[in-house]
Amino acid sequence: MTPVSRSAAQLRDDTAAGGLSPSGTVKAAIARAREVGAGPERLNIFAWSNDDDAREHAANCLDQMSDTTPGLLLGVPVAIKDNIATLTLPTTCGSHILDGYVSPYEATVVRKLREAGAIPFGKTNMDEFAMGSSTEHSAYGPTRNPLAPDRVPGGSSGGSAAAVAAGIVPVALGSETGGSVRQPASFCGVVGVKPTYGRVSRFGLVAFASSLDNVGVVGATVDDAARGLHVIAGHDRLDSTSADLPVPVYHEAAAGSVKGMVIGKPKEYFPETLDPRIRARCDEALERLKALGAVVRDVSLPNTAMAIPVYYIVAPAEASSNLARFDGVRYGLRIEGDGLRGMYEATRSQGFGPEVTRRILLGTYVLSAGYYDAYYRKAQQVRTLIAADFGRVFASGVDLLFTPTTPTTAFRIGAISDPYEMYMSDIFTVTANLAGIPAMSQPIGLVDGLPVGGQFMAAHFDEMKMFAAAYALERAQAAQGRA
Amino acid sequence: MSNAELDAISADWEMVVGLEVHVQLKTRTKAFCSCSIEFGAPPNRNTCPVCLALPGALPVLNAHAVELATRTSLALNCTVQPVSVFARKNYFYPDLPKGYQISQFDKPLATGGWLEIGARADGSPIRIGVTRVHMEEDAGKSIHDRYTGVSAIDLNRSGTPLVEIVSEPDMRSSEQAGAYLRVLKQILEYIDVSDVSMEEGSLRVDANVSARRRGETTLGTKAEVKNMNSFFGVERALEVEFIRQVGVLKAGGTVQQQTMLWDATRNEVRPSRAKEGSHDYRYFPEPDLPPLVLATDWIEKMRHDMPELPAQRRTRFAKDYGLNEYGVDVLTANPRLAEYYEAVARASGDPKASANWVMGEVLAQLKHTGDTIETFRVRPADVAELLGLMRDGIVTQSAAKKIFIQMIATGDRPAQIAERDGLVKVDDDAQLVAWIDEVLAEMPAEAQRFRDGEKRLQGVLVGAVMKKSKGRADPKQLNQLLAGRFTV
Repeated sequence: MTPVSRSAAQLRDDTAAGGLSPSGTVKAAIARAREVGAGPERLNIFAWSNDDDAREHAANCLDQMSDTTPGLLLGVPVAIKDNIATLTLPTTCGSHILDGYVSPYEATVVRKLREAGAIPFGKTNMDEFAMGSSTEHSAYGPTRNPLAPDRVPGGSSGGSAAAVAAGIVPVALGSETGGSVRQPASFCGVVGVKPTYGRVSRFGLVAFASSLDNVGVVGATVDDAARGLHVIAGHDRLDSTSADLPVPVYHEAAAGSVKGMVIGKPKEYFPETLDPRIRARCDEALERLKALGAVVRDVSLPNTAMAIPVYYIVAPAEASSNLARFDGVRYGLRIEGDGLRGMYEATRSQGFGPEVTRRILLGTYVLSAGYYDAYYRKAQQVRTLIAADFGRVFASGVDLLFTPTTPTTAFRIGAISDPYEMYMSDIFTVTANLAGIPAMSQPIGLVDGLPVGGQFMAAHFDEMKMFAAAYALERAQAAQGRA
Repeated sequence: MSNAELDAISADWEMVVGLEVHVQLKTRTKAFCSCSIEFGAPPNRNTCPVCLALPGALPVLNAHAVELATRTSLALNCTVQPVSVFARKNYFYPDLPKGYQISQFDKPLATGGWLEIGARADGSPIRIGVTRVHMEEDAGKSIHDRYTGVSAIDLNRSGTPLVEIVSEPDMRSSEQAGAYLRVLKQILEYIDVSDVSMEEGSLRVDANVSARRRGETTLGTKAEVKNMNSFFGVERALEVEFIRQVGVLKAGGTVQQQTMLWDATRNEVRPSRAKEGSHDYRYFPEPDLPPLVLATDWIEKMRHDMPELPAQRRTRFAKDYGLNEYGVDVLTANPRLAEYYEAVARASGDPKASANWVMGEVLAQLKHTGDTIETFRVRPADVAELLGLMRDGIVTQSAAKKIFIQMIATGDRPAQIAERDGLVKVDDDAQLVAWIDEVLAEMPAEAQRFRDGEKRLQGVLVGAVMKKSKGRADPKQLNQLLAGRFTV
């Protein structure tokens, strides 16, 4: 068995037992990246990667082995999205405005990864500032889906999903503002987890929309994702929105079951217009869960239709403010112009791509005097209604919700040019961000040879239940596959 | 501009003033990161990812800043809100690294306070409303005159905690505005929340001023006056702007709502070049910080732990120490001086003598050496000991002043100095008479004239004996003994 086909748990156990060296694991990951064409000439998975950097991290991770208890990710290479601050490789958010920027400090999640023995492995490509659903909007060119290179990997964490799907790393960090981990996981046939808002520190995650942003995890399997999340979760005094609650051992959910669980099937996520083949994969998954003892109940989340409009007011509003710091004064790109204002205009209009510019303009507009009440305030009010929908359903005895992750499978590169059509790609995922609840996507079959993702959603901090169901469904699918 | 001009128009026109005061809080670290806020560090030394607004950095609220802001709010008789909300004020400027200032907008920390700035002729207090107190962070500094052709940015000040104290438009003259600022400054000194130095920028004042005909009750259009660097400057700027506005109104014009900049060297105001009305700060709740929730118990504890305020201390000094109004005013003007006085009074058990010595000798020496009471070398206990030596007749007042100078110079205790420098009072009649006789022999002409009835020469003769005694003799005793030399 080559290291790259090992799970995170196997890599860790074999490394701890001395049967596997981190440098050997990194060597195999580098070889695998070459083999699949991870570079810009083919899949373009990484915005920044450096073999020597990965080797150095591998050498450093050996320090963890002297501990009595080896770290949970000892010797596991983990790819990191390009909007998470790392000390050695650049952190550029897929944007020209951060050309050459190397962070002088490290994100809390990256520190936690290293402390758990993980080997940071490259910075993955992404839609610029995480604004997009296809990883086509990167200043460093589009990433291609490893399963179907003429198609997008989804986005904005497309590079992270592709790195896992291509078998280079078993775990990758992504980020979510409206589905940016789950949607690419769905498109690439891997597992993507968005934890409860506040479960994972955002310190060092370059902000897009602060009240919606989460660091998420992509894993080759449910177990890979669970272990990744366990390592990065927890309170951080550097993030005032992080929750000071104990962190469960998520991979212990493997021993759980769905027997007696009530799984809600929200009708708004299964509209008549839903692709019948995607509906069929979802129904199959629900049948498996029923067979395992779960009770499936039809439920309704009536304000779901408002989610996309609300999201496209709240997220751009916060983004317009969060991205004001990229002004050419202190770091990143600066293009001189006529005076201060000219410098601002030249730097920002040349540094930001069209989608980022569109959202900054949109956000600036909705926060403007005279429009604030009509847009931003109203959107926040509707946001509380959307959250209340979930609260009511979970309070009524429903343990989990199950839905398709996306309305389509991976589309062809360049197929969607209308921004609004692109935004609809997130229709089933933005609700969890608006409500702050945990959600995850996992493969539930194929349509025309392309993966379909099924999504579990849970109440705040109820990740254990979500993982228990995900493990059970994954086992059932594997058993069926063997049969 | 002249006072006569101001007096002339004030007969028909009334000035209406509201003040916005920004106060830097005396925390050890910044409002949202752990960088030091010390004044005068090399440029950009006190910075970190948070106050440089590096990508991915997040604010964490400084609990001490909340305490100081709450203490300020309570001292100004405000209602401290159990829930207040931080908001982003968005604008681009090179010394504002995030592109927004974290402030409070529609849900400030505290509202509805007041302070008293004096009394009317009928004795009723003049109360000025405090609309709100809110927390915010300071920007950095743009330096335009250091390098040719470019501006430099110093972000040491970026993120320094501030409170903004907004008054109601309740002041009716420049004198009232000055009084408000002096009362406010004194309160802030007493509760020890800020260095309140306009020179160092830890207290900054913007004034809103409008003019209306006397008798009118609606407010006129206001102008905002900025760029004053002293309370005196605030008063002058208000007068100049008021005269300007009245001139406009008298000529049938209308006052523009605009920002005027005070030029202290030319004694004039001129419109700011910044485009007004074009500012849309796009305030929205700061998503990186949860609402600030203060427990009622905590607020009550802050109220309970409030240091004594100037008005309370004035009342107490008058009552407990029997000081007159002048003494109270002088000794409570500065909280550190008041504490010093009180320590002397308690240690000596003689509040009157303590007041006289602190107001006389201590203040004179501070003026002479340029020290402040905080840096003054002599401990209150040593002053009390010195007063005790005087009271017990061990040293004379004249010797005490000499001893005091030595206490400042050496830090030694007064009894030690008296002993070492031979300044202990001499009350032995034989020695005193011997000195008197020596003086009479040395000054025969004066002695003769005194003997012939020229009584005013007594002072000259006693002074000479005092000098001979090096201040160790008691003048009263000398007078008696001198008289005794001529009655035989």
